[in-house]
Amino acid sequence: MSTDVVTPRPPRRSGRLIAPVGIGVAVMYMSIIVLIPMAALMGGAFDEGWAGFWDAITSDQAIAAVLLTVKLSLVVMLINAVMGTIIAWVLVRDRFVGRGFVNSLIDLPFALPTIVAGLTLLALYGPDGPVGINVAFTEAGIVLALLLVTMPFVVRSVQPVLLELDRDMEQAAASLGAGPLTIFRRIIFPNLMPAIIGGSGLAFSRALGEFGSLVLISGNIPFQDQMASFYIYSLIESGDRTAAAAVSVLLLTLSLAALLLLSALERWTSRHAR
Amino acid sequence: MPAEAPAAAPRGDVTTIAPYRPPANRGATAARWGLRLAALGYVAAILLGPLALVFYNTFQSGFGEAWAAVTSPAALHALYLTILIALIAVPLNAVFGVAAALVLVRRRVPGRSLISALIDLPLALSPVVVGLSIVLVWGQDGWFGPATEATGVQVLFALPAMVLATIFVSLPFVVREVVPVLREVGSDQEEAASTLGAGAVQTFWRITLPAIRWGIIYGVVLTTARALGEYGAVRVVSGGIAEKTETMTLHVEERFQAFDYVAAYGSSMVLAILALVVVLAMNLLNRKGGGDGDHGH
Amino acid sequence: MAITVTNVNKRFGDFVALDDVSIEVPGGSLTALLGPSGSGKSTLLRVIAGLEFPDTGRVEISGEDATAFPPQKRGVGFVFQHYAAFKHLTVRDNVGFGLSIRKRPKAEIREKVDELIHLVQLDGMADRYPSQLSGGQRQRMALARALAVEPKVLLLDEPFGALDARVRKDLRSWLRRLHEEVHQTTVLVTHDQEEAMEVADTIAVMDQGRIQQVGSPRDLYEEPVNEFVMTFIGPIARLGDSYVRPHDIELAAEDSDGAAARAQVERVLHLGFEVRVELRTDDGAELSAQTTRDAADQMGLKPGDTVFLVPRKSRVFSE
Repeated sequence: MSTDVVTPRPPRRSGRLIAPVGIGVAVMYMSIIVLIPMAALMGGAFDEGWAGFWDAITSDQAIAAVLLTVKLSLVVMLINAVMGTIIAWVLVRDRFVGRGFVNSLIDLPFALPTIVAGLTLLALYGPDGPVGINVAFTEAGIVLALLLVTMPFVVRSVQPVLLELDRDMEQAAASLGAGPLTIFRRIIFPNLMPAIIGGSGLAFSRALGEFGSLVLISGNIPFQDQMASFYIYSLIESGDRTAAAAVSVLLLTLSLAALLLLSALERWTSRHAR
Repeated sequence: MPAEAPAAAPRGDVTTIAPYRPPANRGATAARWGLRLAALGYVAAILLGPLALVFYNTFQSGFGEAWAAVTSPAALHALYLTILIALIAVPLNAVFGVAAALVLVRRRVPGRSLISALIDLPLALSPVVVGLSIVLVWGQDGWFGPATEATGVQVLFALPAMVLATIFVSLPFVVREVVPVLREVGSDQEEAASTLGAGAVQTFWRITLPAIRWGIIYGVVLTTARALGEYGAVRVVSGGIAEKTETMTLHVEERFQAFDYVAAYGSSMVLAILALVVVLAMNLLNRKGGGDGDHGH
Repeated sequence: MAITVTNVNKRFGDFVALDDVSIEVPGGSLTALLGPSGSGKSTLLRVIAGLEFPDTGRVEISGEDATAFPPQKRGVGFVFQHYAAFKHLTVRDNVGFGLSIRKRPKAEIREKVDELIHLVQLDGMADRYPSQLSGGQRQRMALARALAVEPKVLLLDEPFGALDARVRKDLRSWLRRLHEEVHQTTVLVTHDQEEAMEVADTIAVMDQGRIQQVGSPRDLYEEPVNEFVMTFIGPIARLGDSYVRPHDIELAAEDSDGAAARAQVERVLHLGFEVRVELRTDDGAELSAQTTRDAADQMGLKPGDTVFLVPRKSRVFSE
């Protein structure tokens, strides 16, 4: 009698091939849509080697554009951090007619095409605007457009945290002698910090690459008010795809670095929850 | 014999004390109104006001002109093209999204966080960069460009490239909405189904899919909004030739640059109304448990 | 009197939470507000703390009219059922919070905090975050935090409600011992009658927004003023209009003048030393009597026996 040990095999199931085939198709899809273009971007950026890459991202115009973009994106991020928190506060803690309507409205910048966003701002704050303000071709105009498209990030990040906040903590602080301002400063705000930081990071990242809403508002004058995305566009138009790719890679790196940094900061400020 | 009523303080003049209110706090009221005004003023100035003005401007020259502008051949073709692209991009992304979500949640695939990060990549990319990457693949000097030219199929400056760009930018939404729902639903029901004899496909169709349907719907709504509204990436890859490769967003820009404001505002209004419908749908679906507030992508 | 509440009324919409409530809490005592959900006990506590404002009435703390004061100014220490720990602060910073609000010098805060952490037996945990503590530890921290500001009165809102049964019992006796040591005027809200009886000097039983009776645990048990109090405080058996404690029912083999009813034994449950006898009277009423093991053995009780019920002590309440 043979004493082979027979290892049991899993039963054949009808759908055994589905998973691998499905995964294969999904991988192909991802490759065609994302991976190959991104690889081409990387390749294109280094088409002329590191030297070419370096030259492209350190050209005067590139530096001007990137610096302007980072500067304005930071401004927008900070304004969002403050206003986004205020809006979230009002939507959660206050009660007024139309609150639900305003709450729904906050999602509009997510759904509104960027070109339309820019157009609406230009209508109100442009040369033909009824209020007499004209921010067309100014940095203020760019900031305004960026504020519109980034509005939901901090608000939607902070809202759920505010909703979940343990009100007992505030009452405990009150019973220990803290006034409303102190309660906000020492109890509420520290607990909102991680969400504010997270939302701000997303806002910054979005602002960095924004294009459509700025097309009509920005003067796009090199060295003056040209944003990085426009500089890249102009490089594409002029056929210098290598430089375009290089600056794109720089922009992407900045965006990812910011997200990573702020994500780490977010985790550090919520270390008490672990 | 029942005992006496519980010990009470001497009644004295207590009955004449008027009803109390929490001490009137003018500071708190002022703060509340201040915050309210700041928040609502901000939203009105940046979002509501400009939008309302565009609606107003559209009809300033009369309904007839507005209608003519929005139904011009160029505008209609743009609308047609936009919808066509969305009809291709959205279902593809929906199917991919569900498949990717299943892989990410139900299987121990190595490099899950890398895959997840790659799927999220479109959110961190400037649309211009997206367009550029497509040009680098399908353009004249691109990776696949010469090959497709040889076969006579035009990708760049034609529909295929626009579809690719739109799919790229709207890729993450279904995945991101389905993943948390899938996680929360858990695999218990699926395991129960398999013990009852259901095969993989049956389980998916009859158990998994219904359980995640609100996540899918919500994700599809977001994907559609993105697909309809994409501008930058499509601009780069399409060349913006009127009545050929112009989507509605490109049409808006083109009309504006041509000083045809009625047409520009008109088409903007159509897009804005679509966006409002999307936002309404988002909010209705949120109440059906399709969302958890985590849309600050 | 440390706390005097006079004719307080409070409604939430149509719901009457407090109906003309008055009570005096003596200084240095541990008083329990005992009652079922909705009885108004938590509302009363929060009114005393200033976390709710009464519609009418007055609250005096240490002789001072505190009715118009917000919680910050009342000098109360409040402990919440779910701890209300400041999640983002360490145990040390939690306990020292009230003192830092009062801008005390750092050295003084540090000393006081260490003292209190030792008092509540959380030594070594000072630099941890609440999320790293167990429920019982968090509640002890909350207590230390409330005591740090030397409040006039300490108010505890179902402080052990969120804890495991075992931890609850331990903390209960710990609280009693703490009170013996510190003699802080304390008001404790609970729905657990055993807890109130074990911990408090004085219990105020509440129901439907009214105080039903105030007294020592013994008074409430022996001399309840109405059916509600008697039923809430301990087990009861009804014989017609009378209410009797199960252990006050004597079981006799023969009829006598004192017998209130005749009943048949349905079950005899041996619960260690006690024996619970489940009975059905001739009128069909079901009740339980409690007797000792020895007494039961002596009578040789078994299901089916007929016994006569002699209440040693009973109460009748008029409507």
